Amino acid sequence: MGKQRAAVLGVGQTHHRSKRLDVTMAGLCREAIDRALADAGLTFADIDAVVLGKAPDLFEGVMMPELMLADALGATGKPLLRVHTAGSVGGSTANVAASLVHGGEHSRVLAVAFEKQSESNAMWALSISVPFHMPVGAGAGGYFAPHVRSYIRRSGAPSHIGALVAVKDRRNGAKNQFAHLRQSDITLESVQASAMLWDPIRYDETCPSSDGACAIVLGDESAAQGRDAAWIHATAMRTEPTTFAGRDQVNPRAGRDAAAALWREAGIDDPLSQVDAAEIYVPFSWFEPMWLENLGFTEEGQGWKLTEAGETELGGRLPVNPSGGVLSSNPIGASGMLRFGEAAMQVMGRAGEHQVDGARIALGHAYGGGSQYFSMWVVGAEKP
Amino acid sequence: MTQAPLSAPLDIGFDYTRSLGPTLSRFVTGLAQRRIHGARGTDGRVHVPPPEYDPVSGEPLTDLVEVAHTGTVTSWCRQPEPLAGQPLQRPFTWAFIRLDGADTPMLHAVDADDVHTGMRVRARWADTGGNGVRDIVCFGPEDSEPAVEPRAADDLTMLTTPIHLSYRHSASPEESRYLRGLADGKLLGQRCPACGKVYIPPRGACPTDGVPTEEEIELPDRGIVTTFCIVNVPFLGQRIKPPYVAAYILLDGADIPFLHLVLGCAADEVRMGMRVEAAWKPRDEWGTTLENIDHFRPTGEPDAPYDSYAGHL
Amino acid sequence: MTDNVSVVSFAQAPHVRETHGTTNGVEMLVPIFKEALDNVGLSKEDIGFWCSGSSDYLAGRAFSFIAAVDAIGAFPPIHESHVEADAAWALYEAWVKIRTGEVDTALVYGFGKSSAGQLRRVLAMQLDPYTVGPLWPDAVSIAGLQARFGLDAGLWTERDMAEVAARGRGGDPDELLRRPYFADPLRKHDCAPITDGAAVVILARDDRARDLTERPARITSIHHRVETPHLGARDLTTSPSTVAAAKAAGADGVTLAELHTPFSHQEILLRQALGLGDEVRVNPSGGPLSGNPMFAAGLARIGEAATRIRPGERALAHATSGPALQQNLVCVLEAD
Repeated sequence: MGKQRAAVLGVGQTHHRSKRLDVTMAGLCREAIDRALADAGLTFADIDAVVLGKAPDLFEGVMMPELMLADALGATGKPLLRVHTAGSVGGSTANVAASLVHGGEHSRVLAVAFEKQSESNAMWALSISVPFHMPVGAGAGGYFAPHVRSYIRRSGAPSHIGALVAVKDRRNGAKNQFAHLRQSDITLESVQASAMLWDPIRYDETCPSSDGACAIVLGDESAAQGRDAAWIHATAMRTEPTTFAGRDQVNPRAGRDAAAALWREAGIDDPLSQVDAAEIYVPFSWFEPMWLENLGFTEEGQGWKLTEAGETELGGRLPVNPSGGVLSSNPIGASGMLRFGEAAMQVMGRAGEHQVDGARIALGHAYGGGSQYFSMWVVGAEKP
Repeated sequence: MTQAPLSAPLDIGFDYTRSLGPTLSRFVTGLAQRRIHGARGTDGRVHVPPPEYDPVSGEPLTDLVEVAHTGTVTSWCRQPEPLAGQPLQRPFTWAFIRLDGADTPMLHAVDADDVHTGMRVRARWADTGGNGVRDIVCFGPEDSEPAVEPRAADDLTMLTTPIHLSYRHSASPEESRYLRGLADGKLLGQRCPACGKVYIPPRGACPTDGVPTEEEIELPDRGIVTTFCIVNVPFLGQRIKPPYVAAYILLDGADIPFLHLVLGCAADEVRMGMRVEAAWKPRDEWGTTLENIDHFRPTGEPDAPYDSYAGHL
Repeated sequence: MTDNVSVVSFAQAPHVRETHGTTNGVEMLVPIFKEALDNVGLSKEDIGFWCSGSSDYLAGRAFSFIAAVDAIGAFPPIHESHVEADAAWALYEAWVKIRTGEVDTALVYGFGKSSAGQLRRVLAMQLDPYTVGPLWPDAVSIAGLQARFGLDAGLWTERDMAEVAARGRGGDPDELLRRPYFADPLRKHDCAPITDGAAVVILARDDRARDLTERPARITSIHHRVETPHLGARDLTTSPSTVAAAKAAGADGVTLAELHTPFSHQEILLRQALGLGDEVRVNPSGGPLSGNPMFAAGLARIGEAATRIRPGERALAHATSGPALQQNLVCVLEAD
């Protein structure tokens, strides 16, 4: 049968907030789904299968919540698949949904991802003390901060780069009606004056905890015929172990391998010139330059220069996270799918105030675990 | 002779705070008022508890219907040894109960010895409301269970659901040798037979080769800080008071660092490449844990050159 | 046709009541990865795609599946995915991945250390967390309620259930019926034993499968469906999602069926729903009543069916997930 073409037909997301106390988990998902279906001009009756992604079940205290959400997801009587690949899961979920179309299994697939962090406390869930271990863990920030320090040491980047990213992403978030944090008046000085949480990571350089969901409707070539669509040019996923002797935690090989496979499949040999917009999973500001290098937009050690030169701002050479990114909204399980969905919105010209003019090719990127799970896609305005 | 791997209890508990949305808010508020609501589905059936989305069509259900406190058992199963959190802590019977006015049954407990299909039952209410479906303690035989009138209660939009689970966490055989070594004040690593790298803790599977580490190697209690962060943020469940330095310590002779605390100097004096040594707790406090080392402290030796640990970042 | 995919290798860890290994499955997985790969002369570098199924709540830890990739030796990095479900659904994902043409082999694995927690109580975490979960109805009790519906309706008897149990795990039905109830109407023998275990299946596209094994079991179709979570709205005496999946998969004419039925009445229920007659060998492996490693047992049904299928035979492998058979997968296999 071979690979069938696949495209994004519609994207929807919730208004992300620290506590969406007006809805249940089901209602949260449904808000994103209804918007995605409306964006695609479709109804549940048009959907052949549903794929749900979210991060650890401990966050909401429900085991395999897709089961209890089946009616809300419109999945009852249909195939329902649950993906969990740590923080990259939102991206992986979109990729799995894409493969259901690529493989000729289904004509139209609904991908949904959510996190309702206000049901519990992510720091608690991620820092549960396991017997026999030294209890030094301090959530995701505590995990990643030493590796950020390593990046700074290795690249020689000046210390204000992280703050520059935070200012850019939060200001971009202010242009995004769905963003959790919308801080149009944030400044370099205010970021640098914010509390140092996990030295070298400051409060304003850290993603928020959000309740939110994202949904993407994907379709095959016949479903996409005659309508605006974001065509999937390439997908990639790679995994490596959390720790091993000699592991490069700053520039992990799994990310480099995934990117290389992605660009190859998409026919891109110079990503910096050929990609018009990038939605990259940046939960702590320093990960922008780190991932620019890992993704091959720059040579190793040079990513921060792109950031410092303002090239990752809206209007720059490679706008990164025009939506405001994870630094502006972080419903963990949905964060990766938001990157993928925002990339699709860019090439469909539906990104509103944070639209990158003339975007034709965009990257969606997510990572998870200890920088060890990577999922990515490239979408384009034209058929591949 | 090999000893059995070590294991220890792992309890996880959290009181989850659940926002209810419009449909379930009315159900939970109703229960606090000692009223039971169902929802009329798109096919006309009345379901209790009210599904937020229709079980057939998936449409949101907002047509709530009050049903009776009484109903009929449609299926039952004995629970002779109740588990933690279940409605009664003495033998009881689980039942599907179709309440009068509903078309489909709800699941709850029945407190009676002779539960049978077709039995008539009536809800028994908790003194305090606000706990959702637990406002109904259980059901009892209709004849002997006193009827209870509705009462006033404020609108509810949130529900707290405590979830407490107990597990037994096991260390791998390789890790157990290392932990028992710690109890003797030794740091025991193992070498991977495939790649030759020295792992501490040893591994049930070398992450790059997929085979258990084998040859045991005792490592010194000193090494370097490869990288670190200073934790300033307090959080729920935290066991070390911030601020503290969480550092990757690479022991001399090891090929992989592990996380530990660095004390003995100001936090802002900790450096990448700094030489450190273990500060052990008093021997009588030792157990099978890395916590036997209270922290690592600077030795005062010159820092290791960056190139010597650049491959461990 | 080149887009046919076959099961070429299957291995499973011993079914034990309690493994001394960790909840991340490494100790169970290392030997069976080797066994499954050695069966077909492959090394880890030959595998195009990896996909696993497991559960954080079974382990009591967030991200419990991450450490399992150590058992692979996943460096250089691998093309990998994970489902929070029985690994039969991981096999589905891998099967689709091969059919996209991106890869021609996949290794699928599932693992679970059920003994780490109190399994029947942990499974209550799958119920609606707003209106049902707060009562902590455990998995055995939910199954008992389902069994009672069928008993009351005359669809099966306690003797029928005992006969299923006797076939699956040995014993004499008369003697089994004299044993006390565990959760009336269920006796201990009606419930799958709590089992720690793991399973591995290797898939290959047909053009590779022939080179790898003399006896590939070709997957002709896989379909799966989910039902409403609202227990009261379901007819628990049948399984519409299994029937729909089997119909879509074209499961007519099978003579071998491996059914993922952790409770004795569920085997009868599925036989009736699928219309499996006496000519069909059901659970010749012993089925879940002889060993039920959570998150691997559904995958193992596919592996068991692939191992036992005879030339010219059609087989059905079934996997289930969720309370009282809420979600079901049907895989149809053929052998030349």
